[in-house]
Amino acid sequence: MDKFYHSVRLQQDLCKGCINCIKRCPTSAIRVSNGKARITSKFCIDCGECIRICPHHAKVATYDHLDALKQYKYTVILPAPSLYAQFNNLDDTNIVLSALLMLGFDDVYEVSGAAELVSEESRNYIREHMDNWPYISTACPSVVRLIRVRFPNLLSHLLPVKPPVEVAAQLARKKAVKLTGYKPEEIGVFFLSPCPSKVTYSKTPLGVEKSEIDHVLAIKEIYPLMLPLMKEAQRSPKQLSISGKIGIGWGGSGGEASGLISDNYLAADGIENVIQVLEDLEDEKLPNLQFIELDACAGGCVGGVLTVENPYVAAVKLKKLRKYMPVSCNHLGDEPAENLYLTQDINYEPVFRLGNDLKSSILKMNQVERLCQKFPGLDCGSCGAPTCKALAEDIVRGEAKENDCIYLFRQDIHELSDEIAAITNSLLNGDGDGKAGIHMLQDYIHDFSSRMARLDPLTQKENEDDSTRPD
Amino acid sequence: MDDKIILHYEVSGDDFTRAGEASSDVKNKLKQMDVSPEAIRKVAIAMYEGEINMVIHANGGDITVEISPEEILMVLKDTGPGIPDVGLAMQEGYSTAKEEIRSLGFGAGMGLPNMKKYSDTMKIDTIVGVGTTITMTVAM
Repeated sequence: MDKFYHSVRLQQDLCKGCINCIKRCPTSAIRVSNGKARITSKFCIDCGECIRICPHHAKVATYDHLDALKQYKYTVILPAPSLYAQFNNLDDTNIVLSALLMLGFDDVYEVSGAAELVSEESRNYIREHMDNWPYISTACPSVVRLIRVRFPNLLSHLLPVKPPVEVAAQLARKKAVKLTGYKPEEIGVFFLSPCPSKVTYSKTPLGVEKSEIDHVLAIKEIYPLMLPLMKEAQRSPKQLSISGKIGIGWGGSGGEASGLISDNYLAADGIENVIQVLEDLEDEKLPNLQFIELDACAGGCVGGVLTVENPYVAAVKLKKLRKYMPVSCNHLGDEPAENLYLTQDINYEPVFRLGNDLKSSILKMNQVERLCQKFPGLDCGSCGAPTCKALAEDIVRGEAKENDCIYLFRQDIHELSDEIAAITNSLLNGDGDGKAGIHMLQDYIHDFSSRMARLDPLTQKENEDDSTRPD
Repeated sequence: MDDKIILHYEVSGDDFTRAGEASSDVKNKLKQMDVSPEAIRKVAIAMYEGEINMVIHANGGDITVEISPEEILMVLKDTGPGIPDVGLAMQEGYSTAKEEIRSLGFGAGMGLPNMKKYSDTMKIDTIVGVGTTITMTVAM
């Protein structure tokens, strides 16, 4: 599979070519050309910001649906802790878990249960590796992808423990095989996710060769199906819950960090805040911390684009739900600790480099600087790039033209019309060969109208559909 | 002309919140070039410390950065009070920063030592009452 596979896509027919998404994208991965947005695969980290901002709903997340259940002899659903925060007045997670079984799954395995094992092993690992503090959480796939392309010096600080959902999938499959006697591939492991970056993770995980998650469903799609079933389940819910305060806490920002039972941590949420913390950490501006929890979405996982509840309301609901829970219900015992660790290194992908070697990088960087001085510096987005600097880089990469800048283009048109006026004047004064002058004028007017035509996207042929990227 | 990159920055002396903008810009440019992450880290930290020093002690100044295939050269020039005892200033933990600066988390006496630690060469030219010029290089 493509190392830059993405679950965030563009629905070409809905895209109006406005510039909302290009401005919001934290890695400047989107351009608008010929009236349609285009996502550059290698820059995208699947954070979902463009889905959140697009007023025309042209940015979508791809995920699986319940019909995939038919492919398996036995199925297990793994609900994300953020799922519980979607319901009003929920005081027993067993109601939610029972409703999931009523949807057609054979078993349910809470991600929050596995999260408690991850918390315990993270505490051990961090305590034993003081020399490399602070450790950065690897639970949010968008943050890991961001570090992979932008913060090479921080890769060694990534906590090498698997994200809870991976551990949950691993344990759920093991349990199902033991219980049913089926082959591992006959068991379908489904994750009920708050965000598209987990879809990307399941297909092309970083840190493990292959994910144990077979399919990813969206909370926003399953939620309405669950409501009537929960009413029914409420009467006598099955006792299915396996997690306590620590596990459920992972659903919100700061939850993972508080599971480490230490005050010496920082938790940042929202992608722009995450970037700021990583920049400061890289410059060694942060005090000596043990751990840094980073969540791409505001509020943490409850803020994922595939959830339904307002993330701040969801955080309150999670807090109330956790209040009378035991601290933790899962402890490392049967599961060997080594099964909780990442098995592959996460390597730097220098996708933003301008040149292939130092000499060409210097040349291209100078070209970017010179272009930036030529541009107005308004970052208006009219060219389809988010900033003047981004346009300059596109030009240097050979992906755009100077005249894509509406201001340079306007200047060009002014110069052309001045030249036309000069020819007209000389013709009126009877200077030179009249016929040659008229031909010249004709050429200029032709040039003028063809340049003007470039301003109108409708006259251009449709761009190729980037949303048909191969899976 | 295109065998190296020359960058100029004016460091404002009266706005703490802007300190670090120049080093951050250099860091982000280096990340777009075929420069090793280790060299980027060294430049980012050494230059950041120098930039902060200019703001704390010298009411700002000018920074020139030259990036060539061999090295990154940083020249930080100010017209501040100068350093009376360079040996003392190079000691870890020694600081002349005022209390209000320290309360912001700066002035821990690690500025010059860190600049020395993270650069490959460092030269300090200072005259009391005239100013200080610090020249640092980091090899590619």
